[in-house]
Amino acid sequence: MQGDTPLLTIRGVRKAFGATQALGGIDLDIASGQILALMGANGAGKSTLVNILSGLFAADAGEIRLAGSAFAPASPRAAAAAGIVTVHQATQTVGAPGMTVADTLLLDRFADRAAPWFVSRRSVRRQAANVAAHAGFDLPLDRDFGDIGPADRQMVAIARALSAQARTLILDEPTASLSRHEADRLFDVLEGLKARGLAILYISHRTGDLARLADRAVVLRGGQVVADMARPIDFDAALTAMIGRPLAGAHAETRASEGHAVFELDGVRLHAGAPPIHLTLAPGEIVAVTGPLGAGKSRLLATIGGVEPLRGGEMRLAGQPFAPRGPAEAIAAGVVLAGPDRHSSSFVPSDWPGGTVAGTIALPHLHRWFPSGFLIGDREQRAARAAIARLGIRASGPDARLDTLSGGNQQKVVLARWQAEPAKVLLLDEPFQGVDVGARADIIAALRADPSTATLIATSDPEEALEVADRIFAIDHHGLVPWGAVPEGLAA
Amino acid sequence: MTDTNLAAHAGPAPAAAHTPMPAGALFQTIRRAAIFLLLAMLVAGFTLAEPAFINFANLMSVLQAVSVVAILGAGITVTLAVGGFDLSVGAVAASSVMAASYAMVVWNLTAWQTVPLVLAFGALVGLANAFLIIRMRVPDLLATLATNFLLTGLQLIPTAGRSIATGLILPDGSSANGHFDHAFLLIGRAQIFGGVPLPVLVMLAVAILLYVLTEHTRHGRLFYAIGGNEKAALLAGAPTRRLRLSAYVISATLASLGGLIVAARVGRGDVSSGASLLLDSVAAALIGFAVLDRRHPNVLGTVVGAIFVGVLLNGLTMLNAPYYTQDFVKGAVLVGALSVTYGLGRRRI
Repeated sequence: MQGDTPLLTIRGVRKAFGATQALGGIDLDIASGQILALMGANGAGKSTLVNILSGLFAADAGEIRLAGSAFAPASPRAAAAAGIVTVHQATQTVGAPGMTVADTLLLDRFADRAAPWFVSRRSVRRQAANVAAHAGFDLPLDRDFGDIGPADRQMVAIARALSAQARTLILDEPTASLSRHEADRLFDVLEGLKARGLAILYISHRTGDLARLADRAVVLRGGQVVADMARPIDFDAALTAMIGRPLAGAHAETRASEGHAVFELDGVRLHAGAPPIHLTLAPGEIVAVTGPLGAGKSRLLATIGGVEPLRGGEMRLAGQPFAPRGPAEAIAAGVVLAGPDRHSSSFVPSDWPGGTVAGTIALPHLHRWFPSGFLIGDREQRAARAAIARLGIRASGPDARLDTLSGGNQQKVVLARWQAEPAKVLLLDEPFQGVDVGARADIIAALRADPSTATLIATSDPEEALEVADRIFAIDHHGLVPWGAVPEGLAA
Repeated sequence: MTDTNLAAHAGPAPAAAHTPMPAGALFQTIRRAAIFLLLAMLVAGFTLAEPAFINFANLMSVLQAVSVVAILGAGITVTLAVGGFDLSVGAVAASSVMAASYAMVVWNLTAWQTVPLVLAFGALVGLANAFLIIRMRVPDLLATLATNFLLTGLQLIPTAGRSIATGLILPDGSSANGHFDHAFLLIGRAQIFGGVPLPVLVMLAVAILLYVLTEHTRHGRLFYAIGGNEKAALLAGAPTRRLRLSAYVISATLASLGGLIVAARVGRGDVSSGASLLLDSVAAALIGFAVLDRRHPNVLGTVVGAIFVGVLLNGLTMLNAPYYTQDFVKGAVLVGALSVTYGLGRRRI
């Protein structure tokens, strides 16, 4: 496969945004039937490269050739027509609730002027079935797009992209919100596409996925290719190349928990009839709960955080019964929850009041920081400056809008919010989504440096759990079991 | 959502965002100052064409004319901040005119009894709106539109559709012999500080109060947090239901205050008094998005928006532009302001 003439050749591609050199002369070849892992920290230039290939930006200099002919798409449509299709991370923008999966698959055809103007339900169904058959996998064509899970949305996005004459498929962090099982399904699909001769450019922070999938890994840093490795890929070397320094202690050292339990779950049930959950958390301890999407990780955290009602059993905080009637009561008691997907659970739009670093950190603490009710003084700014310094947040200052921050830095702001006031129990739901290894290491260091808070983390990636936690539990059929030995093949 | 996602994808967006291209910076300056530049140009233009325009008395009459719209618009702005929309303010103001007139003419109440009664009526309507929206989960536009119709009709029933003035014949055949309290009429007609109409001062007070509330208190911050992302506000511990309720109560109470001013100025309970108030105040609130390129509802912007439209209409009237062109002018201003705010120098997607 490696010997093939490259399908896509990239020579000396440069792109600058103002004074920032995003890509400083990239050379890259991608062959047919190859899965190429594109790695790099946030800001390394991989998104810029993808945006050039998918027709969103034009390169400042350099040459791209696709199957021998020059490739300089003016729009994503032109790129797709030439054979390079991109599936972005945010799959909720692929369709809309209220549309069926079949409608979603045909959305680009509805927009095509050459297509017939009248559409009948039967012809939609038939054409959608053709699209799915062409992609080579089954999709629930009659279900509402709003009701299907993230894995199916990903499949819908891929199937629609492939319905064009695709020769190169670009996937941006496709497993970010998938469970292990769902990711396996996606990988089977990708293997099938590879066997059909597609070149696949696969962007991910998850080395476990890449180890299974990638034929080759290319690492970007500072807009340059800093490593190009063929299988077997040495991911420790790749990660070192990616962040420019060795990754200290990939696995957390288990610390013996000291002191009394600060928080106890005693026979808590997430559903009527679900097995009871027992768990104790000690101050300063980090416990991770891992398991597939929908196993109940989020529900467990939401129950503790007062978002979901307790459906059985008892919770105790510092020995006292704890039954919050809402997030406000939980927060007042010192039990704080950072929900999954920071955009929907933590942020307001960046052009709204409070859409800055300082405003985001201050939101839950306003009544404590401004007891008079008036926002007078620089309490917010001081908290934000302290957080920027402590967590190494890359932002222009306390009043920087959140949308000027990269994903990793945004996640640091979420953590800074809940560390701004002392908490007894910190609940983090998928805190490493779309966070590069460098930022992840910073966040983990900040969590482990907190001696008094008990931290409970939900993550669907066991590797993240290994990296951060003192103890790990797996959740399955809504029961909690200790997750002891490291399974084969997971150790990086 | 799409914006933030794009930013997350754009790789080195952080640095890029701080060094915008020169054209972008120019467009941004234009967007920020657009309304004020236009306002200055209008004032200069009208003064050149008709020197009487710049007279203190005329400027005060402009402000007096916009005071009710600005007060109603400020209320709408608060509901917009919590992510809602109060379409009932026009009907609340109109029915407050009728309620105030009825209270004085039929029930013989004094100004001191009428004013609290009417404001309480407004607050009650706000509570009813909040109940429909928060408890019954009716979408805000539908709920307040329904209230709008309900009140528009309700205000006609006690007088069988007649306007209210002394000597009104009630549906039961008796005639009402009360009259408008002189103290009440002062609300709309008094002039203080050598010629500043009282409604202008009320507008100023409401504007300052709501500006401070929305921009400089934690309640205001939570209002915007709810409007920006209600889930995030809830997870941050904000009492979202209570805050949304208070927004609708504020909006409806301000609308009844606007109604009191109209009643005091007109001096009778006119059945058609609230006709254009709703759309004018909605327009002021939306033009307010464009002020300083805030692109979110804000009280300062709403008041400036109301004044802007008022200056335009007053100036055109002085230049003898026909009355029937007013709506066209208002529409053109709205289209222009919104396209400058949202369209200029912004990339597609």
